[in-house]
Amino acid sequence: MNYIDLELIIPEISMALLAGLIIVFDLFSSNKRLLVPLCLIGLLVPLFFCIAAAQESAEAGFMGTMQVDDFSIFFKYVIILATALVILSSATYAKRFDNHQGEYYSLILLSATGMMLLASATELITIYIALELTALPTAALAAFIREKKSAESGMKFLILSAVSSAVLLYGMVLLYGFTGSTHLSDIGTAIATQLSGSAGITDHGVLLFSVILITAGFGFKISAVPFQMWAPDVYEGAPTPITAFLSVASKAVGFAIILRILYMVFENEALSSDWTSMMAVLSAISMSVGNLIAIKQNNIKRMLAYSTIAQAGYIMVGLAAMTSDTTLNTSGPLGILVYLAGYTFTNLAAFAVITAVSESSGDDSIDSFSGLIKKSPILAGIMTISMISLIGIPPTIGFMAKIYIFGAAVETNLTWLAFVGVINSVISAYYYLRVVKTMFLNSASEQSPIKPSIGPLSAAVISIVGTVAFGLYPRPIIELAREAISTIVG
Amino acid sequence: MEIPGILSIAIFLPLISAVIVAVFLNGKTARGFALGASIMELMITGYIFIAHKQYDMSEKLTTWFPESFPVQYFLAIDGISAPLILLTGLLGIVSIFASWNVSERTKEHFMWLLALQGAVVGVFTSMDFLLFFLFWELELIPMFFLISIWGTGRKEYSAMKFLIFTILGSAFMLIGILVIFAGTGTFDMMKISALLPTANLIMPIGILFLFMSIGFAVKLPVFPFHTWLPDAHTDAPTAASVMLAGVLLKMGGYGLLRVSAGMFPDQLEKYAWVLALFGVINIIYGAAITIRQTDLKRLIAYSSVSHMGFVLLGLSAVGGGITSLAMTGAALQMFTHGTITGLLFLTIGFIYERTHTRHIPDLGGLARRMPIFTVSLVVAGLASLGLPGTSGFVAEVTIFVGAFPAFKIATIIAAFGVVLTAGYILWMIQRSMFGPEKPQFEQIGDATAVQVIPIGILIISIIAVGIYPAFVSDVFADGIAQMLIMTGAN
Repeated sequence: MNYIDLELIIPEISMALLAGLIIVFDLFSSNKRLLVPLCLIGLLVPLFFCIAAAQESAEAGFMGTMQVDDFSIFFKYVIILATALVILSSATYAKRFDNHQGEYYSLILLSATGMMLLASATELITIYIALELTALPTAALAAFIREKKSAESGMKFLILSAVSSAVLLYGMVLLYGFTGSTHLSDIGTAIATQLSGSAGITDHGVLLFSVILITAGFGFKISAVPFQMWAPDVYEGAPTPITAFLSVASKAVGFAIILRILYMVFENEALSSDWTSMMAVLSAISMSVGNLIAIKQNNIKRMLAYSTIAQAGYIMVGLAAMTSDTTLNTSGPLGILVYLAGYTFTNLAAFAVITAVSESSGDDSIDSFSGLIKKSPILAGIMTISMISLIGIPPTIGFMAKIYIFGAAVETNLTWLAFVGVINSVISAYYYLRVVKTMFLNSASEQSPIKPSIGPLSAAVISIVGTVAFGLYPRPIIELAREAISTIVG
Repeated sequence: MEIPGILSIAIFLPLISAVIVAVFLNGKTARGFALGASIMELMITGYIFIAHKQYDMSEKLTTWFPESFPVQYFLAIDGISAPLILLTGLLGIVSIFASWNVSERTKEHFMWLLALQGAVVGVFTSMDFLLFFLFWELELIPMFFLISIWGTGRKEYSAMKFLIFTILGSAFMLIGILVIFAGTGTFDMMKISALLPTANLIMPIGILFLFMSIGFAVKLPVFPFHTWLPDAHTDAPTAASVMLAGVLLKMGGYGLLRVSAGMFPDQLEKYAWVLALFGVINIIYGAAITIRQTDLKRLIAYSSVSHMGFVLLGLSAVGGGITSLAMTGAALQMFTHGTITGLLFLTIGFIYERTHTRHIPDLGGLARRMPIFTVSLVVAGLASLGLPGTSGFVAEVTIFVGAFPAFKIATIIAAFGVVLTAGYILWMIQRSMFGPEKPQFEQIGDATAVQVIPIGILIISIIAVGIYPAFVSDVFADGIAQMLIMTGAN
C-alpha cells in the first residue's frame, strides 16, 4: 500500500473524523444546540475534498480496491447533500434524545461514511465491509426512540439486513469461486473469457446462481419487490429523519453499487440480455405492488414506504434499459442518476414537512395533515410540490427524471415497461393527491397555526427549491450525471 | 410594432401574476390584480392574433437540455393556435369576472385561475413536443384545486376523476412522444411531420397514431372516454366550468388537429371512418343524453359532448382530393363552442348564485325577474343550436358542407343532431326561464354591473363571428392550409 492512496479517501476520512469530533464535543459540552451547526459546517470539509477530487482524473488505489471517479463523486455529492438535509431537519426532532444527541448525529455521519466508501469500492470484500458500515449505524438509529415500535424497527432492520448480507456474501463467494478474484475488473475479464463461445449465462449454473444471490442482496438495500418486506415497518417505527435518510441515501448507494458491478463485471452481452429481462420484470412488479398497497395506507410514513418501493421500481427501469440490441447504452444509467438526484430533493422535502408537522401533532397519520393549508401555508405548499414531483407532474424534477428514465426504456425497445411505468404513475397520483386533498380540503380538529421550527423548515425549503429549480432547468444535474456515467461506461 | 418575446410574455404574465397573488396579495387586492393581469393578457393575445401573420414570433432556446436529449424551449404561433390563444385570453377575463363574488379563499382562487390560463397558453404555443406535454400536465393542477375546493356536490370525486382520466390519456401520449423521439431523434414538432414517414419506429405507426390520439380523445372528450366531463363540469365552480368547457376541451381538439392530423396525415386518412363514426356517436349519443338532464349545468356539459362530435366529424373529412373546408369548420367549431358554452355556463352560474338551485323543474318564470340573464341564455342557446347569424351556425354549416363529400351518411345523421340540439336547448330555456312565475323567486334580482361585462363580451364575440366569420375562419383556414402543405397531404 502506498500512503499516497490515502489521498483518495480523504472525504471519507474527514467524514469519519467529523463523527468522532461530534461525539467528543458532545461529551465535553452541555450545549447541544451547537451540534447541528457543527455538523453542517463540518460537512463542508468532505464536500470540499469531493469537489477537489472532481477536478482530477479518475484514479484507482489500495491495490485496486477503490476507485475515485466522477461516478463515485456524483454519489458522494448526493450522500453529503442528503446527510446535511437530514441533520438539518433533525434539529428539533433530536431534542427528545436528551443526552444522546451526539451519538445520534455521529451515527448518521458514520453511516454516511460507509455509503461514501461504497460509492467508490471496486472490490467485493471492500464492498461488503462498506455495506456493513452503512447498515449497522442505521439499525441503531432506527431503534433510537426506545419505544416499542422503534425497537421493533431497529431489530427488523438489523436481522433482515444481516440475512440479506449473508445472501449477498454467498453470491460473492460463488463469484469468487467462478473467477478466482475479488476485484471487479478481474472478475469481468474472467467471465468474458469463460463465457465466450458458450450460449450465455444459462450454461454456467454457478454464475447464474451467484447473479441471482447478488441481486437478492442488493434488492434488499433498494427495497425492491420481493425483498421489500422490511421497508414499511422499519420506515414507520424509525425516527422520521432516519426514515428519510434510509429512503434516499441508502437507496442511492444501493443503485450506485449495482451499476458499478453491472458495468465492471457483467459487461458482457450474453449476460446483460438475461439481466435485462429479469430487471424489467422485477421493476414492473415493484412499482405495481408498491403503488397498489400505498393506496390503502393511513400512516404517512408507511405510505411513503410503499411509495419508495414503487419509486425503486421506476429506477429499476433504468437498469432494465441497460442494453439496446447488443451494445451497452448510457441512457438507462443516466436516467437512474438523474432520478436518484431528483428523488433525493423531493423525498427529503416531504420528510422534512412530515417531521415539522409531527412535532406539533404528535402522530404520523395522514389525518394529522388536515387543514394544513390554514395552519401553515408554507408547509402545505412544500408538501404539495413534493407530492406533485413524486407523481411526475411538471414543473418539478420528478417529471424530468421520469421523462429520462422512461425515454431510456423506449429507446431500448422496452416500450411495454415504459407503459407499465406511466400507468403506475397514474395510479400513484391517487394516493399522493389524497395527501394534498387532506391538506387543502379537510378541516382540522384544532385550528392553531403550526410554527415550524427553523431546522426542518429550512431543510424543506432547500429541498423544494432544488426540486423546482432543477425541474425547470435540469441541465446541471444531467451534465453531472453524464460525466459520471461516462467514467464507468467506457 | 414588433414585440420580442411576446409569446413568452403571454405564457409567463399569468404564471408570474399567479405567484405574485399567492405571495403578496390578499382578498380584494388579489381580485383587482388578477383582473388587471387578465386584461393585459387579453391585450397581448389580441395583439398576437392580429399580428401573427406579419411577424415571425417564434422563440427558440436550445441550451435548455443537452444536445443528446434535444428538448428545446420552442414557441411559435400559426393560424391554428392564434384564434385559440385569443379565446383563452377572452375566457380568462370572463372567468375572473365570473368569480368576482368568490368569498372563500379568494386569493387562492385567483391564483389558480391565472396559473391555469398561463398553462393553457403554453399548450397552444409550444412547438416542442416535451414542452407541449409539460404545459399539458401543468394545467391539471390548477383545475384540480379549482374543482375540489370551490366546487359543489361531489366536488372531490369529480376533481379526482378529471385528473385521473386526463393523466391516463396523457400516459399514452407520453409513450407516443418518447417513441417518436426514439425514431426521429427530435422533439421539434415542425420537423417531426417530415421525418415520421421515413423514421425507424419501434412500434407500428398505426399504434403510435392511436396512442397519441387517445390522449387527445380523452380531453376532447370522445365517447367512451367522456364520463369525466359531466361530473367535472357540473361540480366545478362557474369560472372553472367556463375555462373547462371553453378552453380545456379545445386542447384535445387542438392536439387532434396539430398532431394526429398534422403529423400522421396518412393514418388519419386511413382511419377517417373511425373518426367519423365516433363523431356521429358523440353527436347523437351526447344529444340524446342531454335531453334527459334535469340539472342545468349537467345539461350543458352533455351538450358539449355532442358539440365536440362535430369537431371529430370535421377532422375526418380528409384526403382523396377533399378540401380542408371541414377541418376549418372543426377548428371554427372549437372557437365558437368556447364562446357559446362559456356564456351558457357563465349565465347558469350567475342564475344559480341567486336561485340556489339548478334543478330545471324547480326553476321557471325567471324571465321577468332577470331579463338580462334571460337574453344572455337565449342568445347563447340559439347560437348553440346553430341559428343563422350566430357563430354556431357558421361552424356547423362549414363542417356539414366540408364533410358531406367524404361521409354522406354520417353527415346526414349528424345533421339530425342539430334537431336534437334545438329540442333540448329550447325546452331547457322554456322550462327554466319562462312559464308562470314562482313565489320563491320574487325577491331575486338581475345581473349586477360587474356581471354584465363578461356577458357582453361573449355575446359580442358570438354575434360578431356569426356575422363576419372570416375574421376567425380565414385565420384557421390559412393555418390549416400551411399545416397541410408541410405534411405534403395536399
